[in-house]
Amino acid sequence: MTTPSQTIGPFFGFALPYGDGPRVAPEWHPDAVRVHGRVLDGTGDPLPDALVEIWQADADGRVPGAVGAISRAGHGFSGFGRCGTDADGHYWFSTLKPGGPAPHIAVLVFARGLLKPVATRLYFPGEAGNAADPVLSAVPADRRDTLIAERESDRTYRFDVHLQGEQETVFFAS
Amino acid sequence: MTDSHPPYLYPPYKSTVLRAPSRPLVVPEYGPDAVELSGPVFGHAELGLLDNDLTRQHSGEPLGERIIVTGRVLDDRGRPVPGALVEVWQTNAAGRYVHLRDQHPAPLDPNFTGAGRCLTDAGGRYEFTTIKPGAYPWRNHHNAWRPAHIHFSVFGAAFTQRLVTQMYFPGDPLFAHDPIFQSVPDEKARERLVARFDLETTVPEQALGYQWDIVLGATPMET
Repeated sequence: MTTPSQTIGPFFGFALPYGDGPRVAPEWHPDAVRVHGRVLDGTGDPLPDALVEIWQADADGRVPGAVGAISRAGHGFSGFGRCGTDADGHYWFSTLKPGGPAPHIAVLVFARGLLKPVATRLYFPGEAGNAADPVLSAVPADRRDTLIAERESDRTYRFDVHLQGEQETVFFAS
Repeated sequence: MTDSHPPYLYPPYKSTVLRAPSRPLVVPEYGPDAVELSGPVFGHAELGLLDNDLTRQHSGEPLGERIIVTGRVLDDRGRPVPGALVEVWQTNAAGRYVHLRDQHPAPLDPNFTGAGRCLTDAGGRYEFTTIKPGAYPWRNHHNAWRPAHIHFSVFGAAFTQRLVTQMYFPGDPLFAHDPIFQSVPDEKARERLVARFDLETTVPEQALGYQWDIVLGATPMET
């Protein structure tokens, strides 16, 4: 029997976040993109105490297999990112757009009030391969938009996570 | 997953009410190369030598009851998970976190931060030396107190195995009154959150020993 999940609580901030956590690739990387957004509750209020983690493939579609997920060196790419939300519920990552026909980033959100994490995926807008993606296709058509980031500029994508309510993000069973 | 986990919505724990997803979860069709079926890999060079000894991170010794907490990280079939990153955080002996938002009027301990991490060895074993955390009040309901606990964050081989949980101490009278502990519906599953005092692990004249195994979800594919 698996060990049950328990909430991350409000007091992880001195233990889990680390300096380069949001830098899956450094901002000065020529192909770096910024992925950011807010984590919001059922009334649309921001969560100032959520932890967002991402895991993804590199620009060639390969998942990093070597050690170094925390101590990414120089221009390296770790594939793993961790960012605590600020007072406005905002998180950010500097990363690379993953390769593959339907580029996507796995996202986990932990927070006080979440007895277990929510798991979702961030997809990129306007990708021809999105229509054939098996995971996206398993999502009811009228809710697929919740998984597709909004393009704010060439290198900036916005992805809000709504835990509950009208615009509730699609979450996956693991 | 074999669901020992609590539900998202558990109204006695008030913060779940506006944060629990209300729509059904979507069961994804993960292909064999899905990114979630792998996970980040961590190495010893990324950790400090004293990261797993929370009693030696300052110039002096922290106050409180020194303890050793050790156990194995296993997958759902009982196989050890080597190289797993295990992170912990906790209050000091007085029940106070080193966190700006913790307003509990209990003393801070200048010799105790309460954060640690380590990698499991080839047999899946982790070990921490720390001090026993204290119970503390919270505002969930009148006279609400959290039983003493250590927060654990664990990475398995796959992102789907990611687990954040809390380890409790045996016989705590607050279990019956704690909605976070009680949110786990199955009694046997709740017991999996409680460490076992172990005289073999106890070091004479030095520290009480506790054993606590952590069982993750399924390892997706054999690699």
